[in-house]
Amino acid sequence: MFRVEVVFKDPALDARGPSIKKQIEQDLGLNIVALSVRDVYYIDAPLTDDRIDLVAQDLLTDPVLQNFSLGAPPAAGVDWAIEVGYLPGVTDNVGRTTAEAIADMPDLLGVRSQESGVRRAGGHVIPAEAGIQEGAGDFVRTATVYAISGRLTEAQAERLCLGVLANPLIHAYKIMASAEYARAAWSAPNPPSAHKPQIKTVDLPDDDAGLERLSRDGLLSLTVAEMRAIKAYFARPETAAARLVVGLTDKPTDIELETLAQTWSEHCKHKIFNSRITYTEPGAEPVVIDSLFKTYIKRATDTVAKEIDWLVSVFSDNAGVVRLNDKYNLVFKVETHNHPSALDPYGGALTGIVGVNRDPMGTGLGAELIFNTDVFCFGPPDMAEEALPPGILHPRRIFRGVRKGVEDGGNKMGVPTVNGTILFDDAYTYNPLVFCGTGGIMPGVIGGAASHEKSVKPGDLIVMVGGRIGKDGIHGATFSSVKLEETTPPAVVQIGAPIVQKKMMDALIDARDRGLYRAITDNGAGGLSSSIGEMAQFCGGAQVDLEKAPLKYSGLDPWETWVSESQERMTLAVAPETIDELMALFNRRDVEATVIGSFADDGYLTVRYDGVVAARLDLDWLHSGLPRLELEARWEPPETPSNQTVSIEPSIALLRILGSLNVCSKESVIRQYDHEVQGTSVVKPLVGVVDDGPSDAAVLKPRADAAEGVVVACGINPKYGLIDPYDMAAAAVDEAVRNAVAVGADPGRISILDNFCWGNPIKSDHNPDGDLKLGRLVRAAQGCHDAAVALGAPFISGKDSFHNEYDLGGRTIAIPPTLLISAMGVIEDTGLAVTMDAKREGDLVYALGLTKVEMGGSHYSGLTGLRGGAPRFAGAAASATYRAVHEAIKRRLIASAHDCSEGGLAVALAETAFAGGLGVVVNMRRVKTDGFLSDVECLFSESNSRFVVTVKPANAGEFETTVADTSWSKIGKVTNTGRLVVTGLDDRVVIDISTDELKKAWQEPLKWV
Amino acid sequence: MSKVKVLVLLAAGVNCDRETALAFELAGAVADRVHVNDIIERPRLPADYQILALPGGFSFGDDIASGQVLARKLKHRLAGPITDFVSQGKLVLGICNGFQVLVKLGLLPALGGDQARQQAALTFNTSAKFEDRWVYLKPDPAGKCVFTRGLKNVIYLPVRHGEGRFVIGDDGLAALKSAGQVALRYVDAAGSPGDYPINPNGSVDDIAGISDATGRVFGLMPHPEVFIRPTQHPRWTRGEGAPPDGIEIFKNAVEYFKGR
Repeated sequence: MFRVEVVFKDPALDARGPSIKKQIEQDLGLNIVALSVRDVYYIDAPLTDDRIDLVAQDLLTDPVLQNFSLGAPPAAGVDWAIEVGYLPGVTDNVGRTTAEAIADMPDLLGVRSQESGVRRAGGHVIPAEAGIQEGAGDFVRTATVYAISGRLTEAQAERLCLGVLANPLIHAYKIMASAEYARAAWSAPNPPSAHKPQIKTVDLPDDDAGLERLSRDGLLSLTVAEMRAIKAYFARPETAAARLVVGLTDKPTDIELETLAQTWSEHCKHKIFNSRITYTEPGAEPVVIDSLFKTYIKRATDTVAKEIDWLVSVFSDNAGVVRLNDKYNLVFKVETHNHPSALDPYGGALTGIVGVNRDPMGTGLGAELIFNTDVFCFGPPDMAEEALPPGILHPRRIFRGVRKGVEDGGNKMGVPTVNGTILFDDAYTYNPLVFCGTGGIMPGVIGGAASHEKSVKPGDLIVMVGGRIGKDGIHGATFSSVKLEETTPPAVVQIGAPIVQKKMMDALIDARDRGLYRAITDNGAGGLSSSIGEMAQFCGGAQVDLEKAPLKYSGLDPWETWVSESQERMTLAVAPETIDELMALFNRRDVEATVIGSFADDGYLTVRYDGVVAARLDLDWLHSGLPRLELEARWEPPETPSNQTVSIEPSIALLRILGSLNVCSKESVIRQYDHEVQGTSVVKPLVGVVDDGPSDAAVLKPRADAAEGVVVACGINPKYGLIDPYDMAAAAVDEAVRNAVAVGADPGRISILDNFCWGNPIKSDHNPDGDLKLGRLVRAAQGCHDAAVALGAPFISGKDSFHNEYDLGGRTIAIPPTLLISAMGVIEDTGLAVTMDAKREGDLVYALGLTKVEMGGSHYSGLTGLRGGAPRFAGAAASATYRAVHEAIKRRLIASAHDCSEGGLAVALAETAFAGGLGVVVNMRRVKTDGFLSDVECLFSESNSRFVVTVKPANAGEFETTVADTSWSKIGKVTNTGRLVVTGLDDRVVIDISTDELKKAWQEPLKWV
Repeated sequence: MSKVKVLVLLAAGVNCDRETALAFELAGAVADRVHVNDIIERPRLPADYQILALPGGFSFGDDIASGQVLARKLKHRLAGPITDFVSQGKLVLGICNGFQVLVKLGLLPALGGDQARQQAALTFNTSAKFEDRWVYLKPDPAGKCVFTRGLKNVIYLPVRHGEGRFVIGDDGLAALKSAGQVALRYVDAAGSPGDYPINPNGSVDDIAGISDATGRVFGLMPHPEVFIRPTQHPRWTRGEGAPPDGIEIFKNAVEYFKGR
């Protein structure tokens, strides 16, 4: 084993050190003199001294910038050295790439050629004569040394290590004082020890308590009723007879039980959304809701679908599919990755984004990826460290890690991150939310067949392609169905490998266009058990030889191989006549692919291991034998205390709202995402005279040979959900659609996705208010339905995440009900797109939509404690406004259009002005309202369905005619004074403030990111 | 005359290949995206092309250092075909990650004609962050670079990188300047130098792009391939962005072969 440490000759040229030093000061209040970063490689290969020297010099060291040392590191001037590596089994991307690079360069290894080599992870061949054995884990592991000068106590060094540098769930670390570091006594951890794979049979207890215990202890997350259904299946005489034939007993094997746990998981089967619910509202008889999904989500789409012709595939595949034009279809999916991101923010979020990438990739015959979106909900970044219970990472650290994970996932996959937002609330401290979405594009027809359809024929080969399987990500699907606890097992933490996925995706698109596979799906939740189990339904069976599945390292039991959620893998169905060409293609692209079985039509999912049948489940029963949940739901409006009459000066309130975390500029985050890769960007996330105004949505031109553009937007506001989740849901749908319309999307071409993040809505002794949480879900689903139908925006896919709860000393802390609506729209011609910044002096300022007294949940109320109802959604008016705005955009009458939502008219006007580098003068008396409103209500009410629009005077007449049938009002004009001037209802000036000051307040809060 | 042929090099993690090929095609060339492994299999493949383009992305994840593993792969597996390509008077363009590869490989700056030794470096931005932002660039009037001939006094392009800080020793910098190898510098809109964010990464002498002594091998951190349509400009809705600056760089490359 060699240890190579690479050090910058001139530390001033390595910006990483000062950046981490600053983070240590900011996050921990610890001051150190200097910190430098050193890269360490442990290489376990039988190389001669001059060969290892060559590897270190030629491959690992930049000759202009760096030196390397073998053996004892240069310790002079280092007071503390903290070495951070990965725990065994945790993905080490740099280590793997380094190993592949060494293997790729025979002259580095001192061998003549790559012929007759040993295949390794990533499809690389290592020359056999190099003497590196397969199956012992990757032969290069990396670590990072943080070399610190500064007087720290050992306790401070440990705090620094655990507070900023290392996460014990994924990292091995060592804190060394100078002398110890100089001795270089530390060596990398060994990979997991060899373990003989075993298949066990499981005794199903007769009593409910025993069944419940088995489910809980095995992390199966199955209910007693589900366990009983499994017991009943195995007790059937015909089951036993069929099993006997293949050598199985009447007891389930661990593989079978795990298959059921995965297939029947909330994550895979959406049991709560499909349950039968008895729902009670105050003063009303209970009603039975036969599936929230069918009653509200799917029914909304069915209703809208009667009026439109562009839906292609909804709710049936990994992502929804809609038509862009005659040639191309669009694909969109949004997922959450909440629990993993709470434990390891970087790896959790990275896996979230590369994971959702595979949904469009695994839809139909597979789409190419064209955009990412991300929405985060975190605890407050300025939270006192003392207020955090042990085991909970500080919100600031979660924020940094999640942001970095999404950066690496999106940027390295070459997918532009074009839209998103970040919300902060105390309630997300224990359960941060990480929503990751990906859109794709595919030709409507590939090889003469509809690209959104999958088919599998008996005899087709099952091919697993991409990464290898490890213990990372076992029980992810069932883990998402339990609440987090202090004792949560770390085996679920995994780190994505975007480059493994990127090269797989490139090769897959090649294979797709050459017709080399028949069907594709991703290995996500439940791993192979889910992907093969789902594909087997197309033909009626599958037979898997599990020992063929390639492993990252030995020591996995077959059930672990079967359900592991190791990333970057797809499953293909391949006709025998194209298999050779497919495998040759993957081989040429360094993409590992393995035939692990074949599809069948015998009605069974059969898994063999070394020729012995280890699982055989009736496919129909596997997918339909799940007993339906029967749940109770109850809705009670929260008590709303009478209004308090605290008032704040409008200009002070405006400054405070602009400078609040939820409204403030996210520029520091946005710039760290590549939002322009692929060259498709038309409206960027930052717009305006100096490229720093907040765009309402993104516009892309995904293909040069299509005039049409794609619009990406979102809507979310959990504050309204605390008042009424119905209003929250309707407002979120409305906001997502409105944002899309603001930049030019045709309101008749917008599809939406729902992502519900909730607490546990199943009432039990441990969860006495579960029925209330479910009642809130019912309200939200109703709001979704009504708004989607009113706006003609169909749901095309969605996802739900329950159990966003944390158990702290017997107390359950749940997040507020949170619903994200993501919108994907089409703009007829990207040249029509509009941005939100005021364009020129003299343009007229209009408010579109009706302003009402709706202060509940508003940002102003957040400052004053004012209560009241949440904004109500008025569908017909909203729809009329959106159609009128789009007509005006098509006629090129609008100079700028900005969504008016959080912070009301005041914030929308301020943003319009400062993004354009201009001033605005408006009169509140002109604002169209539904009655008498005070200045504060006029300025800060967050009524739905409104815009602030500016129009060139020459276009004013035609514009006013175009919006004539809506609530519109001309409220002022754009000036060159650089001030926002608002005249109140009594003709006194209530706000007169420089837009520079407003912008500064808005830009300040997240500058540190 | 038949069209100029461009080989756009693919490798694991390269991700600006489509838009780079599109830019060359818009400039009048034929562009093929060819995987590095296919060239290793058929080393004579590059002989069919006049321009070799190394696009942006994260080749091999930028693991170890940005561009390093692809540069080693080219050095260890394709040194011959690449040196031949350059010595035959053809053009090589490296954008962002491609620039990093050319520098690690030694093809840039290749001072003193030494094409096999790394003489400069591109390392972590002084901000220690990946950043996506548009920058103004001034072509060096004394520059020999074929690709930047006749460009406007100041052009506008996006940078999107975390490791774009150009580093070279004092002697190297002097040699680079005296040989006319500095092609592009970061400036403000008026063409004057300045600190961050005008120089987005801390590059020495504000250097954003360099060529070799012949001007035929060119590398730059900004992305000209994503400013080939006016609507790619961040302020096109304010009337800016026409004509697009980036396409000129590709046109220059294609024009170079006219009459040859």
